Amino acid sequence: MHRFANPVRFLRIARPLTAWLGWSGALLILAGLGGGLFMTPADYLQGETVRILYIHVPAAWLGMAGWMGIAGSSFAALVWRHPLAAVAARACAVPGATYAAICLLTGSIWGRPTWGTWWEWDGRLTSMLVLFFLYLAYIALAEAAGREAGGQRIAAIFGLVGAVNLPVIHYSVLWWRTLHQGQSIGLTGSSIDPALLWPLPLSALGFTLLFAAVVLMRMRTILAETKVEARLKRMASV
Amino acid sequence: MTAIQAWPFVIAAYGIAIGGTLVLVVASMVAMRRAEARADKLDEHR
Repeated sequence: MHRFANPVRFLRIARPLTAWLGWSGALLILAGLGGGLFMTPADYLQGETVRILYIHVPAAWLGMAGWMGIAGSSFAALVWRHPLAAVAARACAVPGATYAAICLLTGSIWGRPTWGTWWEWDGRLTSMLVLFFLYLAYIALAEAAGREAGGQRIAAIFGLVGAVNLPVIHYSVLWWRTLHQGQSIGLTGSSIDPALLWPLPLSALGFTLLFAAVVLMRMRTILAETKVEARLKRMASV
Repeated sequence: MTAIQAWPFVIAAYGIAIGGTLVLVVASMVAMRRAEARADKLDEHR
């Protein structure tokens, strides 16, 4: 990991990787959503609304993955003081918040025709809403902290503490059996019929690759801004 | 739930997801290009 601590070495890899991840992600999303919208049958119980699954599940996964990225990078920043870790954590925040919001909105749209309500203070929905607010707080904190080491440490500690909410989201459907359905996709299999399931891995992988491309773009932005700031400071002091 | 009632919900959900993703990608790309162009310009002035 410390091989990439040098921004020049990191950028040499990040530049071609951004385009590759972006384009392959976009193509997989097109295939997944095309299949989900036009090639799969309607569900016998939910009807056409089941198609919301192909965007809602990847959004939920990325909403949580974004905070996993923040927590992992914060840990690396605090323990190993990896110079790019704090940059990576900040770069994950806005994309993660975007997908947490998309998850909440698409879930609400799915809930209206399926459950008969836009919102319910159910364990899964509430813990996801808490995650969205945690993102907003992290973004505000990271902006206010700036690039000073002390401020970055506070943001990193907040990133680690906020990760406590991730297992709460994951296990909420087991702990509080309320409105949200239980886990339908696990590591060993799925309770979703294969005729409906096949576009989901395509769209989930596609959105994940695009998310990674956006994180790289945001890391490159922060590195370029830091470089400009440092150069202007040096010029002003001469 | 008939298909006629369900499709507006499906379209709204896809619109939000695709629209949100496009805004995120375009905004991130524009910010990156601007920041890197500024940094390159400073390199030229060195």
